[in-house]
Amino acid sequence: MRTLILLGCALLLTSCSSGRSANTGVYMLIDTSGTYREEIQKAEQIIRYALTRLDATDSFAVARVDTGSFSEKDIVAKITFDDRPSSMNRQKRLFAEQVQAFVDDSRSSQYTDITGGLLQAVEFLNEKQPAEKTVLIFSDLKEDLQDGYVRDIAIDLEGFQIVALNVTKLRSDNVDPREYLDRLEMWRSKVEKSGGNWRVINDLDGLEGLL
Amino acid sequence: MNFLLQITPWPVVSALLWIVLIITTLYFARPTAHKLIRAAGHSLHKVFRTASLSVAKAEDSLATRNREVLLAAGRESKERIVEREFDRINETVRKDLAGYAALHRSLSESIDRIEQDHKEAVDVPPDPPGWVKAVEAVAKIESKDGRIGIGNVLSDIHKSLVKAHKEAMQAYREASGQRHALLRKMRPEWREIQQTLAKVGKNVDSLLGRSVTIDRHMQEYEDIVKGEDHAVSILSSSSLVYFFVSALVLVVAIGGAAINFSLIARPMAEMVGGTSLLGGFRTADIAALVIIMVEISMGLFLMESLRITRLFPVIGALPDKIRVRMIWITFTILFLLASVEAGLAFMREVLLHDELATSALLRGEIGTTATNEYMWITTAAQMGMGFILPFALTFVAIPLETFVHSLRTVIGLVALGALRFIALVLRLVGSGFRYFGLLLTQLYDLPLFIPLWWAARDREPRKADATRMLEM
Repeated sequence: MRTLILLGCALLLTSCSSGRSANTGVYMLIDTSGTYREEIQKAEQIIRYALTRLDATDSFAVARVDTGSFSEKDIVAKITFDDRPSSMNRQKRLFAEQVQAFVDDSRSSQYTDITGGLLQAVEFLNEKQPAEKTVLIFSDLKEDLQDGYVRDIAIDLEGFQIVALNVTKLRSDNVDPREYLDRLEMWRSKVEKSGGNWRVINDLDGLEGLL
Repeated sequence: MNFLLQITPWPVVSALLWIVLIITTLYFARPTAHKLIRAAGHSLHKVFRTASLSVAKAEDSLATRNREVLLAAGRESKERIVEREFDRINETVRKDLAGYAALHRSLSESIDRIEQDHKEAVDVPPDPPGWVKAVEAVAKIESKDGRIGIGNVLSDIHKSLVKAHKEAMQAYREASGQRHALLRKMRPEWREIQQTLAKVGKNVDSLLGRSVTIDRHMQEYEDIVKGEDHAVSILSSSSLVYFFVSALVLVVAIGGAAINFSLIARPMAEMVGGTSLLGGFRTADIAALVIIMVEISMGLFLMESLRITRLFPVIGALPDKIRVRMIWITFTILFLLASVEAGLAFMREVLLHDELATSALLRGEIGTTATNEYMWITTAAQMGMGFILPFALTFVAIPLETFVHSLRTVIGLVALGALRFIALVLRLVGSGFRYFGLLLTQLYDLPLFIPLWWAARDREPRKADATRMLEM
């Protein structure tokens, strides 16, 4: 009898235990270096698309990639959506406005520190502890570090999904396509060796499976 | 396997030796083997037959229980019907025959008035003519006495007669006029009496009709009390019909509850959060479900308090004062919950618009979310549904009660069918084992046909000799 009562209590407690549905954390890096800045309008489209896909308690941050990207100052906008639908909609609109302002005012940077941005993204998402962690890299993936910046660091990307978006071909890539392919391969191996999952999406019309 | 064929240098001879050996062994073991096979078949047959009988016994006891349950339910139902019929008769008697004293007085007064009027309307005979005696007196006057003055006398008499006649006629006409007036006055009284009597007749007819219905129900009730098969059969088929009809209505009600749920689940997220989980389910969904369940419970209590359903005898047995209080309390809670639902339905529409506007903004479709001027219709419809559905769900109590009551009968019938089927299968399996045993004995004899034939051939002359000996 006592066992039955205990079993009943355990079942009741199990059924009453509160929890949260699996949430997502997304960190988007936007390359603003050189001629790639011209692509920033497309980045805005992707951000808006991501906003439509994200739900309550999801986290989203947008950061620029410039000379030194491992900095909170490079985060353009960040948010963790509220539990209540009305509040969440308000937050989304505000976020879209912030991104719009960034797109209008952004300036081209001299160097491209993608690894620093990736480090910042990992730090941000690890702090938020979402169930799914996604880093979107909107860049041509051509890293160009200023002298003195050390970025040869091992990054733990276990549980991360890294998606490279709109990886455009440079003029030099057209001359020697191996450069482009080597660049992509370098990033793929770097991410996968760190335990992450690598993906490239160049066709921005096919974003359905992104989030 | 090969070693079996190597007991002699010639495999064929070895095989033949083995066959002979086996057949011989089988032949000598035949009576024992036959006994064993028959015993096994018989035992299994017995086991399954016993099991089948046990199941059949269980089926019988279940059938008896079902019958009792059915009769009890039927008795209760009939009692309720008869009780309601008596209530109606009581109501008719109270309403119509309570005024019987007044009715009687009204009728008596009307009859008195008619009698009085009738007396007054009796035809008064006109006064006998006064001139007859005067004429006789004139006629008796002798001639000698002279009839000279007779002319004048007659003239006077004539005048008097004419005058008297006129007066008499006048008086007669006046009296006739009065009589007619009295008779005219009597007409409405007659009509009133006629109408009153028609009404009384109608009430009596209604009572007679009800008494016929009660007689019928009482007859059925008696049949049920006696436990007659006819009554059980009727009750059983009625239960099945009630079960399917109430199940259909409950399915419709579940559809209504689902609509209700979708109306309030979304805005509930605004109150309890959209992502928190409770036992693996969204808290908002659980909250919405709880509200609907509470509404249905209140509906049940309301129906119980109104004595429309009898699922909770405690409520039905409450004193009238407390019961009426309970009616008001449950109705108030239901009303408040319906109002909350209407508010949530409105909130749902607001949230939907907000979400659409945000999505449109994010898609860059500015200006496409202009508010539709007819949008208020859907908002009003949703609010109306949110308010009405809780009250509509109240009536779920009626089919639910029928469903619960008829479910017992249906479960009993299904269990009865299952037991009957199991008993049949067990009996078939038992018989199967018995015949399988017989078949096995025949199969056993099949390879022994040569020694058996030889034994039979040997036995026949002996049998013939024995017969001859007996005849001698």
